[in-house]
Amino acid sequence: MEPRPRSFYILGAVFALFILFLYAPTITIGILSFQGEGGGLTFPMRGVSLHWFRDLFEQQAVGDIWGSFRRSLALGTMVMVTTVVVSVAGGLAFRKRFPGASILFHLVIASLVIPSILVSLGVGLLFSQSGLNVHWASSGFGAQLTWTLPFGLLIMFAVFNRFDKSYEEAARDLGATPWQTLRHVVLPIIAPSLIGVALFGFTLSYDEFARTLMTAGSYNTLPLEIYGMTTNVTTPVLYALGTLTTVFSFCVIGLFLGFALLSGRRKARAASDAGKGMV
Amino acid sequence: MKKIRENNALTGWLMVSPLAITLLVFLVIPIVMIAIVSFWRATEYSIIPDFSWENYEFLFSSSVTYRVFLNTFKYALITWAFTLTIGFTVAYFLAFHIRTLTWQIALFLLCTIPFWTSNIIRMISWIPFLGRNGIANTTLLNMGIIDAPLEWLLFSDFAVILAFVHLYTLFMVVPIFNTMMRIDRSLIEAARDAGASGAQILWNVIIPLTKPGIMIGTIFVVTLVMGDFVTVRLMSGSQSANVGRLISNDIALLQYPSASATAVVLLLTVVILISILLRFVDIRKEL
Repeated sequence: MEPRPRSFYILGAVFALFILFLYAPTITIGILSFQGEGGGLTFPMRGVSLHWFRDLFEQQAVGDIWGSFRRSLALGTMVMVTTVVVSVAGGLAFRKRFPGASILFHLVIASLVIPSILVSLGVGLLFSQSGLNVHWASSGFGAQLTWTLPFGLLIMFAVFNRFDKSYEEAARDLGATPWQTLRHVVLPIIAPSLIGVALFGFTLSYDEFARTLMTAGSYNTLPLEIYGMTTNVTTPVLYALGTLTTVFSFCVIGLFLGFALLSGRRKARAASDAGKGMV
Repeated sequence: MKKIRENNALTGWLMVSPLAITLLVFLVIPIVMIAIVSFWRATEYSIIPDFSWENYEFLFSSSVTYRVFLNTFKYALITWAFTLTIGFTVAYFLAFHIRTLTWQIALFLLCTIPFWTSNIIRMISWIPFLGRNGIANTTLLNMGIIDAPLEWLLFSDFAVILAFVHLYTLFMVVPIFNTMMRIDRSLIEAARDAGASGAQILWNVIIPLTKPGIMIGTIFVVTLVMGDFVTVRLMSGSQSANVGRLISNDIALLQYPSASATAVVLLLTVVILISILLRFVDIRKEL
């Protein structure tokens, strides 16, 4: 290998600084959430304690954190499943021409770039004017889908752009029906990317704030609860909650990445041995 | 043959119908609703159907509107410049200086993981850094660079921009990295063989080929910053305003018609900006 140019070390340092910039604040509040009982929102640490985590478990101290966590979890799961199913169907449909495809595609892009607060306001108005109650599982769910579906669909486009059509042709030549081709050929091949779509669907929903602001109704989701806390909570209990949510997010990300790695390995193991010779 | 084509169209429609219906109900109709309500009138506790230009007249006659829109553009422009510079550098390092795919993926994931965590928590995380007695001030005081704590670190435009750059640089890194990875390496070798210097290769080969990625990143960053209202509120300590905050303040006061009018103007601004940007890139081809 040729030796590394000097620019490698300069850019490497920039990259390291960027990573530090990304993670240092999160790590800082991670440390500060173990602040002693008399400590404040900044350093120095006045002792080390689990006091602020204990506070989280007392209902009165911080409002309905656990209820909102459960709602966010349920909503995230709903959005995740819907995003995966709808994006796959949409991605498959867009591989062939159908009338209106171009309009729908532009609508998807619009959904991605229209400011979230407009979706929130619009869906809120629509529900209130048609006499429906806003609820996180109806209006909130729909409002979040306008953010996760475009991501899911664009990922599916990227996947199908790289998809080798000869697999399908082979299946068809062997007499498979369209459904069999989809079920036994296409879906297993794209399965690892679906894990990516699911990860986007869940985490974007779990962290979404602006789109749920006016559409969640009287029961808050976790980000809304945290947003409320920023205005009236001035103790490290805020950091403790932040640390717990971030740890939870990391677990979810780790889980999905683990799945992706595993299914990648399985695919490699079960892959065809064509062309490798009969040994 | 015609029958088959009709069949194809039907299956196509069936498969996109959930997508189309969701976007119709939760995007198109709500936006139409906003446009309609922007002509309504409001009392202190209710909104009344009407057709009046009152909300727009008020909006365009107030000097606050122009100041706030100007401020929004300022945030977008500064954030764009920083995210582009940092994002391009990071993507360039990953795409051209890291030699194995495994390391590229690992470092790329390291960059993207924060994207999947909560934005609000990531904003709050800056408080212990930037506060009056925060890490930045304490360090600078101890080093003797400043005599008194800097007041403009937290709750200022500086903090707003810092948070934007912190949150949204990923939206630049990902598309730029994606396009860079598809650049045919033999083009760079050809340029080198033809005697181009490193800077010339960067300027005449890599940057032109990376333009689509830059455009997609730009679209993301500009729309996210233009539509934001949380970051500005939290990081400026309610001292600065952008259009998003104007809307959310009206919403908080239940002044939906006036919020809707502002929303319509914001939407038109964003749509015009994006359609200009989209002229430079074909998104479907770049995925």
